[in-house]
Amino acid sequence: MAILGRACLIIALGLALYGAGASIYGARARKQAWVESGRRAVYAMFGVVAIAFVILIAAFIRSDFSFGVVVDHSSTTTPLFYRATAAWSSQEGSLLLWVFLLSAWSSLILFVLARKGKLREVAPYATAVLCGLGGFFLFCSIFLANPFGTLANPPLEGAGLNPLLRYPSMMIHPPALYSGYTLFTVPFAFGIGALVSGRLDASWITSTRRFALAAWFFLGLGILLGARWSYSELGWGGYWAWDPVENASLMPWLVGTAFLHSAMIQEKRGMLKVWNVSLVLAAGVLAVLGTFLVRSGILDSIHAFGASTLGVPFIVLIAVMALGSIGLVIWRRASLRSEHRLDSLFSREAIFLLNNLVLVGLCFVVFWGTFFPLISEAITGDKAAVGPPWFDRYTVPLALILVLLSGIGPVIAWRRATVSKLARYLAIPLAVGIAVPLLCLALGVGHHLEALLMFGIGAFSLTVVAQEFVRGAGARRAMTGDAPPAALLALVRRNRRRYGGYVVHAGMAVLFIGVAASSTFHNQRDARLSPGQTTKVGGYDVRYVKPTFSVADDHRNTGAIISLGAVLDVSKNGKHVTTLNPSRGYYPDLSQGPVSRFYQGESTSEVGLQAGLRRDLWTAIEPDTTQIDRLAAEADRKFPNATPQLSLFIAGTLAAGYARKPPPATFRVIDSPLVTWIWLGGLIVVAGALIALWPAGLRARRRAPAGYGARVARELGRA
Amino acid sequence: MDPSRKRKIRLVVALTAAVLLASALIYTSFSASSEAKSPSQLMAGAQPGQSYQLTGKVANGSVRHEGSALLFRVRDRTDNTSVPVRYTGEVPDPFREGREVIVDVQKQGSVFVGQKDSLVTKCPSKFKAAHSS
Repeated sequence: MAILGRACLIIALGLALYGAGASIYGARARKQAWVESGRRAVYAMFGVVAIAFVILIAAFIRSDFSFGVVVDHSSTTTPLFYRATAAWSSQEGSLLLWVFLLSAWSSLILFVLARKGKLREVAPYATAVLCGLGGFFLFCSIFLANPFGTLANPPLEGAGLNPLLRYPSMMIHPPALYSGYTLFTVPFAFGIGALVSGRLDASWITSTRRFALAAWFFLGLGILLGARWSYSELGWGGYWAWDPVENASLMPWLVGTAFLHSAMIQEKRGMLKVWNVSLVLAAGVLAVLGTFLVRSGILDSIHAFGASTLGVPFIVLIAVMALGSIGLVIWRRASLRSEHRLDSLFSREAIFLLNNLVLVGLCFVVFWGTFFPLISEAITGDKAAVGPPWFDRYTVPLALILVLLSGIGPVIAWRRATVSKLARYLAIPLAVGIAVPLLCLALGVGHHLEALLMFGIGAFSLTVVAQEFVRGAGARRAMTGDAPPAALLALVRRNRRRYGGYVVHAGMAVLFIGVAASSTFHNQRDARLSPGQTTKVGGYDVRYVKPTFSVADDHRNTGAIISLGAVLDVSKNGKHVTTLNPSRGYYPDLSQGPVSRFYQGESTSEVGLQAGLRRDLWTAIEPDTTQIDRLAAEADRKFPNATPQLSLFIAGTLAAGYARKPPPATFRVIDSPLVTWIWLGGLIVVAGALIALWPAGLRARRRAPAGYGARVARELGRA
Repeated sequence: MDPSRKRKIRLVVALTAAVLLASALIYTSFSASSEAKSPSQLMAGAQPGQSYQLTGKVANGSVRHEGSALLFRVRDRTDNTSVPVRYTGEVPDPFREGREVIVDVQKQGSVFVGQKDSLVTKCPSKFKAAHSS
């Protein structure tokens, strides 16, 4: 099967090259048959890459150890659920996933456009770009990181999936991120197509907008799932660390957010053409840059792969994409002139522009901080890095401005607003925005200016969104007499993009409130405790009641054979609050002695978490296994040829001994407010994005009759 | 005011603001950064009180606990030159002997004291095993 998989990749590379050539030739020679042939080559490329991808996944599921990549990243003891996902924990598998998703999205956009007969002049060049990108990744897969490499003498067992990745959201997190990255290449390709063909009206933006929104949605979902994984699985209690690989996914997301706003200005007023095409091209380059950061190992990161052979080809690709983009924009600058000028700084266009500048500023901060080790080495000769405090210094004020603008944007008029009308719309949100921090102060929440500002601005933004829904539904009711829920539903259905966007704004406000509260007001304690001892965290008494252990009882289905943990009793003012059960799972390492192997392999934290709307109590344990390690080494010497059953029995006896006479264990206990708001906010954002993405029904797509439009305008009467 | 003159003033103000902000960003990144050093570079000339980002591998047989502190040595990737590190705070799950680590340290006497919660261990499965073809 490996030969078939590799053959599929070679055929796909041939199809990519043919697709690019046929599309360009068809466009230049105005031969539609060649253009269509190029498009069909993309469909075929998707088909053969899909076969290759299925072969690889099947090899993982079947534990086919003739595949080198399966030996390195899976094992027979890896649960089925995780064997199916282990493919993209490897460099080779993740590159194949990239090209599989790229070919899928490429086929989809080309199919949709061909069916609608749109962008006939732009699509061939976009096809060539998509084929070029697909060809690059296929080249890497075939010659530099081959997923179908085989072993002459396959071993009976593999290394297994990294235990840290044995977490349910890991099934979705990488495909979501990669979907985001690859989807951003679709508007990138059409942006290049528009520049080359000279068709620079808003039609290419309108046609690819849904793909840009989907890219933004998937990338955001991937970032959120990654944060949740970090919080629940990594044993440090945080959700964001400004790690280069986290930053790599954030940069295209920020630029994509800017584009989704500024594209509206081009669609409505024919402005910001250079800016929009630049944002789209930048998002595409940053998406590939993100992949490069993970694959090259050029920056030190917990995620980064070791130094690999992919660095130079990726640098060449990024340079070609960036320089080509800049060159095309300069070449077409005359055709990219705005049709209108900004009428007033007091308008929705100006607010959107400011929002764009803040988002691009944020992206620049993240870019500079991420690449600073390389920049400093180039300038001073010494590699230096900046830490989270440096990132926070710039991102916190910019985030405050961003949330504030997300509140003002929906209510300010296009072209020119008046102070009196804007003040009327903002009176209630402003009052709420001022009242909330004052209330927090009165309740003794604390005197942290930045957090209080975020609470106030978040409340302001949330009130604006609520007010818009109430006003919109009220206007609808005035016209149709619908009941309030029906009016609200009809309102959203008639304008999914607008109201989906408002829901996203609400979600972001909730998320930022959660980030501000949890990062400012959390209490953390690292304590070394023996059973019976207590530590205090944020007004809670946390008592180490007793140790726990389990042997061959893998109730979380992660493949951990042995687990050592603790029962913690949490109380406040003498009253029992909750019981937490943090533990640490130990995964066998078959290269070690027959007994040591149960403790010397990887180990991961299973956190004890009491999550709530108001606060989370989070705990992790690091048992002291010094005594166990010594006894296991002794057992290895005494029973070098122990059967697996005997080895497990001895290892289990050692775990029981640990529980009978437990040494002190190290605990991390965190009391953190409003963490749940981050996940809730994220879910609201996801819901809003889905509303905006959902295709409008035929009725909703029809233009509203003139009379209806006039009545809506009257009811909503903007400034 | 003439609209084109107004636009030029706006542009100059915006560009000036952008240049000032970028300058602040660049200046603070150099002043707030920690130099990345290998153990042999630190051995050769680390200044007491200055922060460094130490990168290398955890030396075999060097890890032990002392109360809530974790003591270990970090060695060069290519040879066995190593420096002692005393660290308190969260220890990442993948931390163990032979693993690649990054930790922010300051020299205090003969020991390098790790900044709390700054220890990062690279994800082990992300390195290709030797037997892979």
